Amino acid sequence: MSTVTDSTPDAMTPDSMTPDSMTPDSMTPVCAVEAIPLEGGVAALVGGAAVAVFRTYDGSVFAIGNVDPFSGASVLSRGIVGNRGDAPVVSSPMYKQAFDLRTGQCLDDDSVRVPAYAVSVVDGVVHVGGVT
Amino acid sequence: MATGKRQRIVVVGHGMVGHRFAQAAVERGLTETHDLLVFGEEPREAYDRVALTSWFGQGSDALSLLPGGAYDDPRVRLVLDSVVTEVDRVAQTVTVVSPPSAVPDLLSNPGAVTVHEYDVLVLATGAAPFVPPVEGRGKDGCFVYRTIEDLEAIKAASESATSGVVIGGGLLGLEAANALVQLGLDTHVVEMAPRLMPVQLDGAAGSTLVRHIEKLGVKVHTGVLTEEIEGGEAVTGLRVRQAGTDEGAPTDVIETQVVVFSAGIRPRDALARECDLEVAPRGGVLVDEQCRSADPRIFAIGECAAPGGTMYGLVAPGYTMAEVVVDALLDGPGAFTGADMSTKLKLLGVDVASFGDAFATTDGALELTYSDAVAGVYKKLVVSEDGTRLLGGILVGDASAYGVLRPMVSSGMALPDNPEQLILPASSGVQIGMPDEAQVCSCNDVTKADILHALTDEACESVADVKQCTRAGSTCGSCVSTVKNIIEDHFASVGKVVDKGLCEHFRLTRQELFDVVAVHGYRRFDDIVEAHGTGRGCDICKPAIASILASQTSTHILEPVTAELQDTNDKYLGNIQRNGTYSVVPRIPGGEITPEKLIVIGEVARDFGLYTKITGGQRIDLFGARMEQLPVIWRRLVDAGFESGHAYGKSLRTVKSCVGSTWCRYGVQDSVGLAIALELRYRGLRSPHKLKGGVSGCARECAEARGKDFGVIATEKGWNLYVGGNGGATPAHARLLAGDLDTATLVAYLDRFLMYYIRTADRLQRTSTWIEQLEGGLDRVREVVVEDSLGLGAELEAEMARHVGGYEDEWRATLEDPAKLERFVSFVNAPGTPDPSIAFTTERDQIQPIAPALIPVGAPA
Ligand code: SRM
Ligand SMILES: Cc1cc2nc3c(=O)[nH]c(=O)nc-3n(C[C@H](O)[C@H](O)[C@H](O)COP(=O)(O)OP(=O)(O)OC[C@H]3O[C@@H](n4cnc5c(N)ncnc54)[C@H](O)[C@@H]3O)c2cc1C
Ligand code: SF4
Ligand code: FES
Repeated sequence: MSTVTDSTPDAMTPDSMTPDSMTPDSMTPVCAVEAIPLEGGVAALVGGAAVAVFRTYDGSVFAIGNVDPFSGASVLSRGIVGNRGDAPVVSSPMYKQAFDLRTGQCLDDDSVRVPAYAVSVVDGVVHVGGVT
Repeated sequence: MATGKRQRIVVVGHGMVGHRFAQAAVERGLTETHDLLVFGEEPREAYDRVALTSWFGQGSDALSLLPGGAYDDPRVRLVLDSVVTEVDRVAQTVTVVSPPSAVPDLLSNPGAVTVHEYDVLVLATGAAPFVPPVEGRGKDGCFVYRTIEDLEAIKAASESATSGVVIGGGLLGLEAANALVQLGLDTHVVEMAPRLMPVQLDGAAGSTLVRHIEKLGVKVHTGVLTEEIEGGEAVTGLRVRQAGTDEGAPTDVIETQVVVFSAGIRPRDALARECDLEVAPRGGVLVDEQCRSADPRIFAIGECAAPGGTMYGLVAPGYTMAEVVVDALLDGPGAFTGADMSTKLKLLGVDVASFGDAFATTDGALELTYSDAVAGVYKKLVVSEDGTRLLGGILVGDASAYGVLRPMVSSGMALPDNPEQLILPASSGVQIGMPDEAQVCSCNDVTKADILHALTDEACESVADVKQCTRAGSTCGSCVSTVKNIIEDHFASVGKVVDKGLCEHFRLTRQELFDVVAVHGYRRFDDIVEAHGTGRGCDICKPAIASILASQTSTHILEPVTAELQDTNDKYLGNIQRNGTYSVVPRIPGGEITPEKLIVIGEVARDFGLYTKITGGQRIDLFGARMEQLPVIWRRLVDAGFESGHAYGKSLRTVKSCVGSTWCRYGVQDSVGLAIALELRYRGLRSPHKLKGGVSGCARECAEARGKDFGVIATEKGWNLYVGGNGGATPAHARLLAGDLDTATLVAYLDRFLMYYIRTADRLQRTSTWIEQLEGGLDRVREVVVEDSLGLGAELEAEMARHVGGYEDEWRATLEDPAKLERFVSFVNAPGTPDPSIAFTTERDQIQPIAPALIPVGAPA
């Protein structure tokens, strides 16, 4: 399985990531892309917020809020990743609702949506930006 | 409803119908105003007489209709082993004779005669086999076939016999004959009429049936009279002569040591006769449509009753009568207006059904027949003169269309243009729609409409649900396949996908997937979904495949190929709690633990500030561990000799024990020792749903073993094995699979049972629902597991041996592998920072989670 790469924890302490420093083009590096299991997720702290970062089968990386709105627990990164129709989804580990990884929209309840974050991979390092 | 003083209903007879009456009285609230006092002559509570023959394989427990012998409602008193000998209609009392042990608290003069008052008397005394006045019928070796005691006696006699004869070739006689074959006797059936089952079958059907019965190894003698039973004190033979010949005509002798009379039944109406209640000319207490006799305080139901002068020798009309009387006592309008006398034979491997006007006695009725002598199939439909309605029919050799045809008769629905399609081969007739009012289950009077109602309004989804909710299929079982078709048709019609595919990614069932994985030797989800599915999976198919792979390979569940398929709990080897923390449950096999280990658990809980609780499964749960704490906590536990308790996986949980013979003064076997051995044997075994076991040291059953997927209860001779129990939302009592086993056989059967379940059950199907939905139910399980009819036994045992040999503690292995430990961090970019959303308060000196604030996003459902 993937190993943690040279992305040192020091470079990404939560303290250095205040909301003020978050502009659309200043994104926060969180980890090496291999640190995210294929079809799995990790949690990261970005500007004080818990963000769930996923890597799907084809290598695409997505980031949505980590807090499951149905239980309030910060756990979405631990859900099972898969697809529903065209949408890449994670299902909440708590009560199993599916969330579209691209938009944060809950597919089992139209009225519920979690934030989705901009994300990009630069030189093998995943960067998370602001809410899209 | 009556007001004032509580009324007492005395019920005479605790057979199938008396029991249904008590059940209905409780369910419909009659016991709010009435007390029930039920006397039963037999030494045990009511049992499923319809399934009597299965006693040979399963013993009495499995047949019981009231396991435990007492009703939950304390206003119903059941007194067994007691005979009502007299009814005094003026004093409104019954006289009862009981042996000393039956009713210690009820009788001040034990072993004697007591008198009890009634406000209402319900006679449910059933019927007795008719024994024709043949010379020699009292000799040793002559039996009837009605009670468990009869079968015990027949079994005992068969041990020293080589040959047996059944007198009577009707439905019951053939069943008895089959039993004699099973007991290893050279078996004959003697029938006076020119054909078997003369009441239900015509000549052609009868001769087709003979060929089937002879294949079972039974010699059939039709058109034959019994002259005399020969022998001294014990039977040695049966002297017979051709029917229609004169006395003195040449006779034959069939050598035999066992004779079973099955020449019809007679209502047990003696009590009524003796108190001058009117009986019907052919027997049976004469009652009206409310089942009320000439005395308004006395009712009769079941086989002892003759509503409108006719007695009914089937259980379904009896059940209807029981309901009608409860209704009458609640001032309801219920009436008994006759019953469907359709029959379907339940003999192993022989399909016979007869329904409606099978003999075409209706004016102008026409017959359509199909027969195939080679295949041994005969089918006849009786249709109305104008060809528009089905009146009745007979099916021999292939009764698959019975489920559709019989309701067509009772509902009077229009026949299709080409009715012969209904009986031609290849057509099972299922495509012909069935009207809503058609009765599907005759034993329990359940219509198609009732089943549809259960599906739409009671949220039933499966045969098991419908059984539970409507009782359809719970008695003789012959309607189960029709029930299944109705359920499938219904879901298809409302657009619910009935293909039993797992999810949008797989059209296969779990069982099919299991086989596909085994055949191809797949080890990776990717290969499976590419070859047999679509897309990238979901929270349904991924854990199911992870479980299948685990059952087949015993590799660690957190190996890279399967780690991301695991359900959340398996992914972190702990149960997620409402605030995102985890629980820690070390295995405590059989619930036995040393003081040292208890101290370790206490210390770990104290040092990490975990909430501690004794579980319902005889072990200790530590709650509130943050994900990143799990490895440190488990390091301490593993070092002290603990291992994962698999509280998280769909796998073996606990095998509960009682203290057993080591300490308990009643124990007859070492239940703790066996519980530990079983828990260690099956620990880590991945299965379709969680598995629980229990072992009790004697019949007092302190381990509640019959509430478990597998329960073992010690006997003087060994162990009884029960399967298919659970608590939870739909509790089920485990039923006896096999009795008096030695430990090695017990383990072999359990190995087979569990592996058979793992191979063939649906995802998230507990053993009880799995058994319910297996074609053949528990009998099927017994065939495969005990009788090894599929020859799979050795293979299933070998699979289990591979599991046992490949077991390793999941937590220990995880702690030893840095790659597996990587996932246990709070934040990938801040591993030292605990999740700030987790917080606790204190209650009763321990931590409790503070509900994390819900993010304001719309209105979560
Ligand atoms: C801890 C415990 C309650 C307790 O404090 O006593 C418990 C707790 C949970 N039970 Fe249970 N059950 C516990 C004993 C039982 C029992 C009693 C028993 O085992 O004797 C039953 C009824 C018996 C049975 O299962 O047949 C029981 C019937 C259920 C059910 C219903 C199962 C069913 O077939 O209907 C569920 C739901 C499920 O599994 O889908 C469930 C599910 C759960 C889950 C796993 C729910 C969840 O997913 O979070 C709970 C989490 C456990 C945890 O965090 O560690 N639990 N649960 C008990 C742990 C026993 C153990 O040592 O492993
Ligand atoms: C082998 C066999 C197979 C059968 N197969 C089928 C089938 O496939 N389909 C079907 O519909 N039916 C079948 N039947 C018939 C079915 O079992 C009966 O219709 C049903 O049991 C009738 O119920 P009951 O309560 O009226 O009588 P029972 O079940 O006989 O109960 C009467 C009870 O009353 C007790 N009793 C009698 N007198 C007294 C007294 N004075 N005091 C106290 N107790 C008393 C008796 O001991 C008995 O326990 C079968 C019967 C047998 C024997
Ligand atoms: S319902 Fe019972 S098992 Fe489930 S979480 Fe509540 S207390 Fe625990
Ligand atoms: S017809 Fe006997 S159980 Fe349904």
